[in-house]
Formats: sequence, C-alpha cells, structure tokens
Amino acid sequence: MSEKPLLDIEDLTVTFPTRQGDFQAVRGISFTLGRERLGIVGESGSGKSMTGRAILRLIRPPGRVEAGKLELEGTDLLKLSEREMQKIRGQRISMVMQDPKFSLNPVMRIGDQIMEIYRFHTGAGKRAAYEKAIEMLEAVSIRDPERVMRAYPHEMSGGMGQRIMIAMMMVTEPDILIADEPTSALDVSVQTQVLSIMDRLVRERGMGLIFISHDLNLVASFCDRVLIMYAGKIVEVCDADRLHEARHPYTRGLLGSLPRLDEPRHHLEVLKRDPAWLDAPSVSGRQ
Amino acid sequence: MALAENRGAGRHRLPRFQRILWKIARVLGSVVITMLGLMFITFIIGRVMPVDPVLAVVGERATNEVYQQVYHDMGLDRPLLVQFGYYIWDVLHGDFGMSLLNARPVAEDIRRVFPATFELATLGVLFGVVIGVPLGVMAAVKRGSWIDQTARVVALIGYSMPIFWLGLMGLLIFYGILNWVGGPGRLDIIWEGMVPERTGMILLDSLLAGNWDVFKNAFSHIILPASILGYYSMAYISRMTRSFMLEQLSAEYITTARVKGLPERRVIWKHAFGNIRVQLITVIALSYANLLEGAVLTETIFAWPGLGSYITTALLSADMNAVLGGTVVVGLIFVLLNIFSDLLYQVFDPRAK
Repeated sequence: MSEKPLLDIEDLTVTFPTRQGDFQAVRGISFTLGRERLGIVGESGSGKSMTGRAILRLIRPPGRVEAGKLELEGTDLLKLSEREMQKIRGQRISMVMQDPKFSLNPVMRIGDQIMEIYRFHTGAGKRAAYEKAIEMLEAVSIRDPERVMRAYPHEMSGGMGQRIMIAMMMVTEPDILIADEPTSALDVSVQTQVLSIMDRLVRERGMGLIFISHDLNLVASFCDRVLIMYAGKIVEVCDADRLHEARHPYTRGLLGSLPRLDEPRHHLEVLKRDPAWLDAPSVSGRQ
Repeated sequence: MALAENRGAGRHRLPRFQRILWKIARVLGSVVITMLGLMFITFIIGRVMPVDPVLAVVGERATNEVYQQVYHDMGLDRPLLVQFGYYIWDVLHGDFGMSLLNARPVAEDIRRVFPATFELATLGVLFGVVIGVPLGVMAAVKRGSWIDQTARVVALIGYSMPIFWLGLMGLLIFYGILNWVGGPGRLDIIWEGMVPERTGMILLDSLLAGNWDVFKNAFSHIILPASILGYYSMAYISRMTRSFMLEQLSAEYITTARVKGLPERRVIWKHAFGNIRVQLITVIALSYANLLEGAVLTETIFAWPGLGSYITTALLSADMNAVLGGTVVVGLIFVLLNIFSDLLYQVFDPRAK
C-alpha cells in the first residue's frame, strides 16, 4: 500500500503478571490499519479484545503493553504521557463496546454524555455541543433526538443504546473506531441496522475501523480484511472475500464448524486444536 | 375486564401533581404505622416492668389512701389499651407526661437535652464525611497502595477501640497534658449563660449573639468528643465508600469514560462517584442517626448533657415516661432520616422514578 497506514503495530504484547508467572494475553502481533475495515476474529481468550484495549493504552496496571512499534500516523503512542494519550483517546481513536446496558453511565443524561466528550476535546460551548449531539443522533437514525438527549440510558432499548454509543464515539470525528463485539448483545433483528449505520458513517468519513468479533460470517461480509487470532497470535490474514480460501487449519476448522442453511448436515465438524499452533510464529498483518 | 384494564392503565397516567400527593400519602402512612408500632412496644414494656410508678411518686411512707388516689390520678386503673390511647393523644399534643424523677414535663427535658446531642452528632458526622469519603475513594482508586493499607488500619482501629478508652485517653492527652482543648462539659463555667438561648446549640447561639469568646470556648469543648464520634463514623463511611467505589470502578461505563479521553479525576469523581451517591447517602444517614440517638458512653465521659445520657439516667432510675419519650424521639429521628434518604434517592437515581 503506497498510502501511509493510520496505525502501524509491530510485535505487540500484552502481559499480566500472575502467581504462576507472567501470562501473555497478546503474544507479539503485527499489523497495519489503513482507512479500511479490518476484522479481528477469534474465540474467547484469543486476545482480540486485549488488542483493542492495548491500542488505546487502556490496559490497567499491573498489566503491561509492550511493542516494537505502536504508531498512530507516525506518533509513537507508547511514548506519550498519560495526558497526551487522553487527547488521542476519544479524539483520534474511539471504541464502541459490547453492551450499551453497561457501557453508558446509568445516572447521566444521554445528552450530557455525548456533549461531555465533544466539549472536552473541542472546547466548544454548550449550545454548539448540543447542536452537534443532535446532529450525531440524527446521523445514527434516532428519531426525536431532543427527547433522547434528556433521557437516561435505562429508558433506551439495546439497539438504540448502541446507536447512541456509536454517535457518542464518533461525535469528535476520530480517525479510528474500534468496535469490540458491538452487536453481540443485540437482538438479531437490530444487529444489521446497527451495523449498516456504523458502516455508512465509517465510509462517509473515511475512517479506519477495527471490528472485533467472534462471528466469522459477519466479519467476512462486513470487512475488507480479516485477522484470525488464536491464543494471542495472528494465525492467518486474508481478504474478507477470500475467506473461504483460508489455509490455516484453525480458520478452516472454524469455517467448517458453522452450520449452513443451504447444506444441511447430520453432524457438524468439531474444531480440533493442534498444540503446535501455540508455538508457531505470529503471521504479520502488515501491508 | 376491559374496564378494569382501562382503570389500571389510568393509574399510571395520573397527573404529576396527583402522583406526588399519592407518594406523600404513602410515606406519611408508613411513618404513622412505624411510629405506632414503636410506641406500642415501648409502652407495653414500660408497663410490664416490675417498677411501681406510683411508689416513685408518693414515696415509701405514703398511706394506702394516698397511694390509691395517685394510682387513680395516673390512670393506671384503666385498661392498658385505654391508657395507650390516652398516651398517644398526649404525645400528639406534644406531651410526653411528667418525669417521675424531677416532676418536670418530659417534653421540656428532651427539648433541653436534644440540641446538645444534635450539635455533637452533626459535627461528628461532618467530620466523618469530610474525611471518610475522600479517604474511601482514594483507597479504592489506589487499591493495595500504602494509602489503602493506612486507611484500612485507621478504620480498623476506629472499629475496634472501645470508645470510653479513646475518650479517656483523648481527655488525658489533649486536655490534661497538652491543654489544647476544653475539658468535659459544653462550656467553662464562667461562660455559662453568657449568650441568650435560642437554638440550644451553643455554637450557633454564640454566633447569633456575635459572641466570639463563647464560641471559641464552646468549640474547644466540643472538638474532642466530636472528633472521637466522628472517628467512628469516619471508619464506617470510609470502608463503605471504598467498597462501593471498587464495584463501580470495574464497571464498563468507566472504561467508556476513559475511552472518551477524560482525565482520571473526572472519571473517578464525576462518573464513578456519581453512581455511588445514592448508596453513600443511606450509609451517612444511618451513621448520623446512630450519633443522634445519643452516644451514651461519649456523653458520659465528657459530661455532655445530651439525649443519650438523659435516656440512660431515666432508665436507671425507672423513670418510664422519660424513657418512653426519649425512645419516641429517637424513633422519629430514624424514620425521618430514612424518609430523607429515600427522597434523595429519587433525586439522584433516575432509575428510581
């Protein structure tokens, strides 16, 4: 890729000390992110969420983030002070989390929560922030935004909550959005709606999106490129539309264990894990 | 059926004003029931105690006629429930009966001793909140650090040290040796009666009268017992604050606040603390109520003429009217503080509406 990547990550590790010695949740992964939609797929505990949080430097001590390179358009994120990092968070890189029921502050009005991030990063006045928030709520197809601004999170449905979350995280027009299982907690009927809204916004603004999910098909249909993670490493990188050509046995196993409507089977394949995968070197997702 | 459904639906759509009235009515109803229950139990206990109130009035050498006369005058020959009815009637008129000990109206006595307790308890709980809440928050934020450990030890000492020992040691060191504070009592005797009594709280009265000397003297007397009481509520409040905060700090919306790029101070005080206010209010109200019912030991050690020592004296001399009156007042304080914290729930927690 001739264009300089937004995010350039080399040899990223996330380590947590435990009584049995250090545990590495992410074990030396490398990838780049351009203005594209990058999917990270893996099972629970594969380190995909930790990767998202490590980029934002939100791993709390005693957890440690180390990397050969963790650069946002040439800025080394690991060298920034906490105060400088706060300017990156929410302003340049945002994150939407799994369940809006828990990720919105229950005792703050929705309007205040959206205006808070906008005013904090732009220094805008109340009036300007209010108008911007309304505009954002409209952009995520919220009807009656004035009423929603005054409402509290518990008065919203899951789908609305997640759209509000997206509106809040995009109000500052960041360059990168990390979406950590953004639809797993939602009803299937509203998943598509939330996804298409997110997709539209990311495209319109030419942002980079890191879409973390355990749902292979969803990622394949939604992203440009997919990283498959297993046990803290990237085992395979492929273009989303060529996912069916994936070679790694783990990916093949994942694909093979999915039930399909058009090919009914008597019993589904069970994924067999090979201990050798644990020690195989991580595949680079750099472009 | 359709009609019933309609009616049910209509209930929820009562106009705001009526809804508030309905709520007030419910609260008042619960107060009345609680207070009646409390008064009934204390009244019965007072009557079944093996103490003869008549004897306390007439003395041992009274003739049988006098005895019978007083027995009748005190209404003791009537059925228990009738007596209880009369008692409630009197209480509703602010009359708790006569003290058997000093033959003065109990209500007047309580009015005299309560401000002393109120003053002491308020200062104590203020101390507990001002120090306990930030300490608890710091301990939760810096979990496992030296601040957390120190806070734990300080609270543990607060829990486990007998208050009379702390009180005596405090008096010995700060009054006896260092002479930094005033001794027992509310004022040195030369300042007694210098300011007109308006609220009964000397700190407030002296301020109202603009008399700084009295204020300073009263302050030097109250500071030690208030700190010792405050130490106890501080220990409790800081531990509770810590555990409430720990629960909130691991919540997902805190991660959201950090993702938004907010400074840690705002994450802690605006987002996490905003979510513990409700629980914290209950803890503070309970701790305040505890102090208000009168810290008997503290009041005894510091010769503080408050509600606690009043009720204790009454109890020891079997002055049942005074005990009953004191109990009703303490009960009322508890009930009122509970209502108050319920009201604040409504204000601070949008989900409670």
